[in-house]
Amino acid sequence: MSTETQKGTLFTPWNIVAGIILAAGVVVTIMRFTMGLGAVTNLSDNNPWGIWIGFDLLCGVALAAGGYTTSAACYIFGFKRFHGAVRPAILTAFLGYALVVFALNYDVGRPWRLVYPIFYQQGTTSILFEVGLCVFIYLTVLFLEYLPAALEWKRGFDKYRDILVKLTMGLTILGVILSTLHQSSLGALYLIAPSKLHPLWYTPYLPVMFFMSSMFAGMSMVIFEGTLSHKHFHHKMDDEYNLGYEDLQMAFSKAAAWIMAGYLAMKVLGLAMDNRWQFLGTGYGVWWLTEVVGFVALPCYAYAVAYRDRNLKLARFTALWTVLGIVLNRFNISLVAFNWQLPSVDRYFPSAGEIIISLFVVTIGVIAFRFIVTRMPIFYVHPAYKDSSH
Amino acid sequence: MFNTLQDLMLHNKSITYVLMGVVLICFVGFWHFLTDKEERKRRY
Repeated sequence: MSTETQKGTLFTPWNIVAGIILAAGVVVTIMRFTMGLGAVTNLSDNNPWGIWIGFDLLCGVALAAGGYTTSAACYIFGFKRFHGAVRPAILTAFLGYALVVFALNYDVGRPWRLVYPIFYQQGTTSILFEVGLCVFIYLTVLFLEYLPAALEWKRGFDKYRDILVKLTMGLTILGVILSTLHQSSLGALYLIAPSKLHPLWYTPYLPVMFFMSSMFAGMSMVIFEGTLSHKHFHHKMDDEYNLGYEDLQMAFSKAAAWIMAGYLAMKVLGLAMDNRWQFLGTGYGVWWLTEVVGFVALPCYAYAVAYRDRNLKLARFTALWTVLGIVLNRFNISLVAFNWQLPSVDRYFPSAGEIIISLFVVTIGVIAFRFIVTRMPIFYVHPAYKDSSH
Repeated sequence: MFNTLQDLMLHNKSITYVLMGVVLICFVGFWHFLTDKEERKRRY
């Protein structure tokens, strides 16, 4: 993955690791689509959703929320100095959602039927239909938002590029609306299973919590991704990006701290509304407190301190901390606290095949991101469009 | 402890309302903690 490859060094440690993951992923993919779910997963009737849903989909969608948060900050709330960060955030979101849909094919199988719920037979009474429809439309919106960068790279499409640039505000508003809808709907999916989800995690406010957590997850991902990009693609960044970069990280630290405080309050109030205090003394209670105190309250405080002291190092560390917290939260809801009453022998643990496919999907995302940012104007404004960049 | 649903709901809501008051006060304190080092001309 290192930039060395551009100079001809193909066998870097990262490339070798990526190559091994891709090769293993291809083997498991062939097994999955020729021998079925049973050959490569530990899924069962008790546990029909594993890490392909818990990680690839739930975490993927939450962590791709940086697209709508950054574009909304720039275009809707008028923070134009964050303009340089919009394209990287949109690209991360676009790749994130594209890979969510890609990974979904492994879980549901028969990829040629993926269009059925949208165009052939709409299950309008299902919350999953709403999620599917929103992801379908939002992926299209993200593609249109990303497209100007690709058109600037392959010159000669200025007419189409200009049309897309004029649509930016409309697409941003549409993106915020669609994200609000499906981020919360992913939480609403679990409202159907009050007896399966542990009472500490089950609350009627799950949709609101999923939406709120997606906001600070997206901001943290933008900070985290920006930190990694600065390390590996610094030579691709122009002054506009670099000038706004630290400012953006501080602003997102402040916003994330504030939203996390609200999220923390909702967690505690949810506990009080449903009178779940007695569960805090159990093993699940300790795990719930680990998530809420260790991965919400403390990062919230750390973000606040980072913003107060303009401590970029702490903000970047907290971003990674928060991203891990979101992954933990989605894992807890979809796996750990789900089916909590089943005997341990019937509980789910991912198989090697499932883990390989999840790593495979993430690796494809990193390779695609690297391919695009080393070729297209993502971290810089294309010289030919200096005056007309959106 | 609770003989009727009314008793349980009254108990839960009472605690929730008290906590909401505490949360609102904490929010004000947290906002001050977050912003008290900002320059006068707020940028965010």
